[in-house]
Amino acid sequence: MRPVRLSVRDVLWAGASGLRARPGRVVLSALGIAMGIATMIAVIGVSASGQEQLLRQLDRLGTNLLRVQAGGTFSGEEVKLPVDAPAMVGRIEGVRHVGATGAVPVSVRRTDRIPEERTGGIAVQATTFDLLRALDGRVSAGRWLSDATARHPAVVLGSVAAQRLGISRTGTRVWIGDRWFTVVGVLGPMPLAPEVERSALVGFAAAQTYLGFDGHPTTIYERSSEEAVAAVRALLPRTVNPRNPEQVAVSRPSDALAARAAAAGTFTGLFLGLGAVALLVGGVGVANTMVISVLERRKEIGLRRSLGATRGQIRVQFLTESLILSLIGSAAGLVVGALVTIGYALSQGWPAVVPLWVFGGTLAATLGVSVVAGIYPAVRAARVPPSVALTMT
Amino acid sequence: MRLPHTKVIEAYGLTKRYGGAVDALRGVDLVVEAGELVTIVGPSGSGKSTLLQLIGTLDRPSAGTVRIAGHSVSELSDRRLSRLRADHIGFVFQQFHLGVGMSALDNVADGLLYAGPPARERRERAARALERVGLGHRLGHRPHQLSGGEQQRVAIARAVVGDPPLLLADEPTGNLDSAAGTEVLGLLSDLHAGGTTVVIITHDLEIAAWSPRRVRMRDGRVVADDGQGAGRRRVAALVKHGSTEGRTS
Ligand SMILES: Nc1ncnc2c1ncn2[C@@H]1O[C@H](COP(=O)(O)OP(=O)(O)OP(=O)(O)O)[C@@H](O)[C@H]1O
Ligand SMILES: [Mg+2]
Repeated sequence: MRPVRLSVRDVLWAGASGLRARPGRVVLSALGIAMGIATMIAVIGVSASGQEQLLRQLDRLGTNLLRVQAGGTFSGEEVKLPVDAPAMVGRIEGVRHVGATGAVPVSVRRTDRIPEERTGGIAVQATTFDLLRALDGRVSAGRWLSDATARHPAVVLGSVAAQRLGISRTGTRVWIGDRWFTVVGVLGPMPLAPEVERSALVGFAAAQTYLGFDGHPTTIYERSSEEAVAAVRALLPRTVNPRNPEQVAVSRPSDALAARAAAAGTFTGLFLGLGAVALLVGGVGVANTMVISVLERRKEIGLRRSLGATRGQIRVQFLTESLILSLIGSAAGLVVGALVTIGYALSQGWPAVVPLWVFGGTLAATLGVSVVAGIYPAVRAARVPPSVALTMT
Repeated sequence: MRLPHTKVIEAYGLTKRYGGAVDALRGVDLVVEAGELVTIVGPSGSGKSTLLQLIGTLDRPSAGTVRIAGHSVSELSDRRLSRLRADHIGFVFQQFHLGVGMSALDNVADGLLYAGPPARERRERAARALERVGLGHRLGHRPHQLSGGEQQRVAIARAVVGDPPLLLADEPTGNLDSAAGTEVLGLLSDLHAGGTTVVIITHDLEIAAWSPRRVRMRDGRVVADDGQGAGRRRVAALVKHGSTEGRTS
């Protein structure tokens, strides 16, 4: 004479009985859980989307670009790179493109009537022809320097420089040093070389002819195959400056972007904590609802016991009720959290991403909350004596 | 028709003390044989409901023994006792205890939830039980759409949907007017005619007079047990509505 084992369907049926009787209360007590889950998913989703955006950008830009600059000496005096350094770098095995810029100590202005101090943070740089290829850059208007324009007073503006000078069309003139230069092109954004975005670029030859440039590059950009990056990096200092390799600083611009991507992935603990607190409060709400429900339903419990329910089956019934409540709440929270993520990502122009593990995590959190919230009411329900079905009040 | 002399209820020396102070029962013996219809009467507080709880295995006596269909209640665990209730005992309560927001069919089907049959069979048998109590046309109605008498008939259908050999009813007509009460009593007597052992607690002397066997209680004791179908006596000769009332031996 063992008690019957209820099927999963019957367990769910019994567990939902209390919820069917009071649908309004279901909504209210599931709300807390929904808010907790929604917050956590939105926090995770938004930061994952931001990270995905940066990672895709990184993928597009590549991590095979190295930047070489002259490091300072101990005495602090400015060191320049040798004039033939770009050519030497080009001979390293694995190197595909080498570009160089050299700082020109003059200013660029919209007209000659604007005082010289107001440079708007724009630098004038001499550039080699290969710079665009090394940086994998695009021209957004006009064209890049050619063999011919590199010798003439022609200038190509970085995207930020063009914006600050208020120039979007080619053919206009700007005042560089003490003469007019014609704008022949404007560059698109270059996330890996923001210093180039803020530059007015003239050909090496033109800079030497018209602006007194000494021909020493200050920065060399080098693009190699991905596999060769480490080897090239090791060789660069001695190649660029054989006598003082320690005065050469080599960096990888994509590292900054990678660091930002990594930082974006570590979602803000504060918001996640808020979500966890909301979830906790939601759990307490469910527990509270359940305790009240047990008090109100003593008669029903007694009736079920008289129909043959064991204590264990009553316990399972109330745990199931708590589980269903929590699942309803977290399903709603999942939808809201995903919608918030999608909405925010769309507004930022990011790809919307909710990592897969979030779904498993949500399920685990829901199970945890429902068990913790339901266990006490369930135990109390199981303690209700069957005889209450027969007592009057 | 001869019914076997099996004892459905055997209770000896039952006492029940609540909270160490109230003696609800002070030594009750009661034997009910299969197929009997017994009413329990007595003033309020005399221990009728307490006795029904003990023979319904909803509670355990402070002292004394209860055997239901041969099973000694004190020797059974909660789990086995639950199964005993599921299979052997149907309850009808004064306040119906129907699930709100649930159809009559679902309410009755839940009477079999803990007895084992699958959901489809439960619903089929529930529909048949509702037809038996004359509510075959009200399967989808919720309790609040039914009259008190109809609700009690749903509760009776739930109690008997599993064909329990023993039906216990605590003032089943207490909340009903006389017409509805008569209908409910008719149902109970039909069940009795079908072979179910029925024990009814009632305040209604007419009902008591109608039953073949009356147990009178006072102050936690049985003070009279008369009528044709008393325990250990033959019940074969019993006729519905107690028309052959009187002692046979
Ligand atoms: N759970 C309980 N705790 C304490 N005392 C109880 C409990 N149940 C019943 N009693 C007491 O036991 C006595 C018998 O109660 P019981 O309910 O059996 O009476 P009854 O004959 O059914 O009365 P009524 O006709 O009013 O239903 C009463 O004095 C009652 O107060
Ligand atoms: Mg009573």
